[in-house]
Amino acid sequence: MKSADTIEPPGQRAWVRLRGSSSARIGAIVIVGFLLMAAFSHLLAPYSADSRDATVAAPSGPSKQHWLGVDANEKDVLSRVMYGSRLSLFAGLVSITFAVAVGAPAGAVAGYFGGWIETLIMRGIDIALAFPSILIALLVATAYKPGWSAVIIAVGLINVPVFARQVRVTVLTLRSLDYVLASRALGASPLHVLGRVVVPGIVNPVVVLATMGLGAAILEVAGLSFLGVGGDPTEPEWGSMLAQAKDHLSTSVWPAVGPGVAISLAILGFNLFGDGLRDALDPRLGDS
Amino acid sequence: MSGYLLRRLFHAAVTMVVAVSLIFIAMRLVPGNPLLARFGQHPDAEQMQRIIHEQGWDQPILSQLGRFLHQLATTGDFGESISRSHEKVSDELARRVPATIELTVVAMMLAIPLGVAAGIAAAVWRNRWPDRLCMAGAMLGVSVPVFFLGICLRAVFTGMPIGFRLPAFVIDFEPITEFYLLDTLLQKRFDLFGTAFKHICLPALALSSIPMSIIARITRSSMLEVLGADFVRTGRAKGASTWRVVMRHALPNAAAPIVNIAGFQIGVLLSGAVLTETVFDWPGMGKYVVDAVRESDYVIVQAGAFVIAAIFVSANLVVDLLYLWLDPRVRHS
Repeated sequence: MKSADTIEPPGQRAWVRLRGSSSARIGAIVIVGFLLMAAFSHLLAPYSADSRDATVAAPSGPSKQHWLGVDANEKDVLSRVMYGSRLSLFAGLVSITFAVAVGAPAGAVAGYFGGWIETLIMRGIDIALAFPSILIALLVATAYKPGWSAVIIAVGLINVPVFARQVRVTVLTLRSLDYVLASRALGASPLHVLGRVVVPGIVNPVVVLATMGLGAAILEVAGLSFLGVGGDPTEPEWGSMLAQAKDHLSTSVWPAVGPGVAISLAILGFNLFGDGLRDALDPRLGDS
Repeated sequence: MSGYLLRRLFHAAVTMVVAVSLIFIAMRLVPGNPLLARFGQHPDAEQMQRIIHEQGWDQPILSQLGRFLHQLATTGDFGESISRSHEKVSDELARRVPATIELTVVAMMLAIPLGVAAGIAAAVWRNRWPDRLCMAGAMLGVSVPVFFLGICLRAVFTGMPIGFRLPAFVIDFEPITEFYLLDTLLQKRFDLFGTAFKHICLPALALSSIPMSIIARITRSSMLEVLGADFVRTGRAKGASTWRVVMRHALPNAAAPIVNIAGFQIGVLLSGAVLTETVFDWPGMGKYVVDAVRESDYVIVQAGAFVIAAIFVSANLVVDLLYLWLDPRVRHS
């Protein structure tokens, strides 16, 4: 029995709202599905990522033995899509962690202290934003020793401004709120105010952005490897699978469908979950 | 007002110079010898040394940078490609930049009206089927990567031409501005306009999907905010039709965030153009720069980076001014 005067803690209210949101539910199912696929691809995949089947025409469409068809190298598309989820999810996670770890503190410092340090950080971000992100990523990935780690660093770097900007704006708003002013008036040191008073206010928007950023990072990793910057192209990875399928489109479109749908679904999952999360965490929205 | 304008221009110029210098230095630190691509299997050490000396590539990076900026400022010349012999980068860019701009402009001409229309429909019929349909479409639009959408379009519309802006057998056509859609109209070659339009259709459609979806979402939320305002209720109360209230009262007031986000899409478009051009073999500068990065041909990369940054910075400038003009609150603050 819930009485009108019980006040739910905000975390619990957000959880209830998150569970009620259908977009968050669909997103969560998709994300968990991909995580399970990545973790158990060695059990789920019907073939190994590199086993060839010389008995079928390659590339070709779905058949009883190969549900998503066979690519130009006679390899099973479904198995490669499953194994490919490992690299995509891992690369997305690591690069977004990097972006948050660099971007959030930079934005917090810029917003809280202001002055020349803010000018420096924000000018740096302006310069980074003067180029389309894929061009920066392309340069970084090429300048650094080519491979997946270069791609991960590149994608992490182009996402740094996203977090720095958001955190700076949030801190600017928080800085003038009464409870932050009160804490400063009580004589708390700037570090204490930043760490114990301001940071809790930053967590929500950063979590939402990071969830959506995961989708964007998966897209950017796939885009870079589609352009041919990445690790070993024979490794199962969604972007390079699409690049290879593109070259054999006139024979069969099927090898593109598996990895393409996988990328789209993964991004859709993170976007839907991020949308639901944002609505659940927004204190301005009622319970309606 | 003019003070703001001057400050903004100065800011844009400084951003450009710093950004291009950074790219210039970064490219010089890239491992790999671009001349190898030009000489192939049998590099002639002596000849390579001579070219390196002629081009000044053995000098300190900063003096090379100074020379590059000086040459660019005085003659607008980017120099010769390293990996392809005797190819003037400026000439190649003069053909390729219009191809990319034409592609992005057509994509934007698809994205803005369709996105705004979908957003208005979703806001007017909130929580009804048009809203659900438009927002589901927008969610899908931001989630499907351009390069996959491009491959799908190619597979579905197999009859559509790929790879050129006009077929190779068209020899009686001399472009004036290199914007083919414009040139064919100016020369009253309507048959060629149709052909050029056919060539640009699929790439532009693929490229427009993400900006269109984002514009639709922003239009919806911006319109919902305005539709709840007092002046809209007043408009309704005085008996104006729904159509008139939406188009004359609500939309102009909801326009500022839409323009802002549309401007923000320029970066997304240029990024997307790089991928779209690769999928459709569109002869634009995105593909040119991607190929050059792979061959570490830094003459092309720094020129391409400069042009892309210039397009981007000036487009943002235009958007800022448009924003200023649309929203008096910003203008007077």
